[in-house]
Amino acid sequence: MSEDIYREIILDHYRNPRNKGKLADADVSIHDSNPLCGDEIDIHLRVDKDMIKDIKFEGRGCAISQASASMLTELVMDKPLSVVKDLAKNEILENIGLVNLGPARIKCALLSLKVLKLSMVKYYADRDPESAKKFEDDSKLY
Amino acid sequence: MQKGILNVSKIREDFPILRRIVNGNNRLVYLDNAATTQKPMAVINAITDYYMNYNSNIHRAVHRLAEEATLAYENTREKIAKFINARFIEEIIFTRNATEAINLISYTWGSLNINQDDIVVITEFEHHSNIVPWQILTHRKGAHLKYIGVDDDGYLRLKDYQKYLESGRVKLVSISEMSNVLGTIVQLKEIIKIAHEKGIPVLVDGAQSVPHMPVDVQSTDCDFMAFSAHKMLGPTGVGILYVKKEILEKMPPFIGGGDMIKEVHKQKTMYNDIPYKFEAGTPNIADVIGFASAIDYLKAIGMDNVRQHELEITQYALNALRGVEGLTIYGPLDPHHRGGVLSFNVGDIHPHDLATIMNEHGVAIRSGHHCAQVLMERLDVSATSRASFYIYNTKEEVDILINVLHQARRIFRI
Repeated sequence: MSEDIYREIILDHYRNPRNKGKLADADVSIHDSNPLCGDEIDIHLRVDKDMIKDIKFEGRGCAISQASASMLTELVMDKPLSVVKDLAKNEILENIGLVNLGPARIKCALLSLKVLKLSMVKYYADRDPESAKKFEDDSKLY
Repeated sequence: MQKGILNVSKIREDFPILRRIVNGNNRLVYLDNAATTQKPMAVINAITDYYMNYNSNIHRAVHRLAEEATLAYENTREKIAKFINARFIEEIIFTRNATEAINLISYTWGSLNINQDDIVVITEFEHHSNIVPWQILTHRKGAHLKYIGVDDDGYLRLKDYQKYLESGRVKLVSISEMSNVLGTIVQLKEIIKIAHEKGIPVLVDGAQSVPHMPVDVQSTDCDFMAFSAHKMLGPTGVGILYVKKEILEKMPPFIGGGDMIKEVHKQKTMYNDIPYKFEAGTPNIADVIGFASAIDYLKAIGMDNVRQHELEITQYALNALRGVEGLTIYGPLDPHHRGGVLSFNVGDIHPHDLATIMNEHGVAIRSGHHCAQVLMERLDVSATSRASFYIYNTKEEVDILINVLHQARRIFRI
């Protein structure tokens, strides 16, 4: 089964992450970590007229957490920020091809989604605290 | 099975969990003993026997069950005192775990004796349980927390220690006898002797050492020692704190409540004698009683033999790991300077990925920061994989570990 998890695409994104680095003119940056295993992810977003114009991530951790973050940046690049609200856990797991991850590893795969959702909430909250209320559930997802 | 100092096949029969088949058709290879050990039937039976036959609260009622339960509970205390060669039985206090034992000292002795600008000395390889309580205390008091450095081979930089001691402001040294990541066994007697020459007391975190080697508190002359039952065949939920009697007698209470008192009036309480003064509320009676059987089990084997067995298996594992290409071992390479705790990394395989692959082959190892993030920063890694051994582990199990390591290298194309 390990062979199924650590497929070429996961190893590729792990070793050659896309959109990795800092973003000088980011509108929002959020950091979070998984205290259980120490995986860390930072997400930086540049947003214009509700469109994700640029997204970069920084982080360190296991192949699953880092590949998942890399693939997530590709998934949402140039998409409306509002898309993030509707992104479901299953979509992420399908996106990285790991729908059968056990409970011990699923948090690794979903850490970047959590940080992206927190980034979205912060982006709206910074601009309009009232509008951010409708995203409260998103920040409590995990 | 190869012949060693212990009759491991016979020992394994006492641990039903070791017969488990996990993840397909793999026999469990349990190499996470630094986190917690498995329990022999004798311990499981002792707990069941208590609940089935003499379950009762202790130290209060005069009925038969209470009498038996109290005797059994206090019997464990006596066995622990003998096991670590304490002078007095009342030097042994039961807590929930080693963490609570260290916090007890921090909140009682520490609150009384650590003041502004004082220094508490610990090391870079401490477990979070021997860092955070001292951070809380020193922040609260305006005191300072200083770390003895760890060199590239996993040994303590004792020059740092000398330097701190020369400041004249050190009021406590708190140190692990064995690192839970590097396995390093420290020169405890020497460290304590130097501190005592300056009148500084020393707390020993014995969570990793007491289960794996002979420990004698009179010989080391430590002032405080904390350790955990569950890391030495005993149940979870039982920590042990040893404190020298003359220090314990001067310590203010920790948690207030029942059992720690002699008399309670509206505005005033007379506290109970030691050690009961530090054991408020109904304790973990069943598991304390179960722990006595764990001590009996270890004594029957002999702690010198436990150490010798682990020395052999550690030597074997060190040699085997060093043959794996791209593998980095952290900590001393001389097995005489370390316990059976081996931390390593292989190429760019993250420890969690390695542990996932191990798990699929039935091998339980630990991966992560091992509650030692200060040390991870020092080693400049985010995590390590860790295999840790105990009396029931075999060289054949080390071979399985090495086999799966090679499989992981293939999967990651290293």
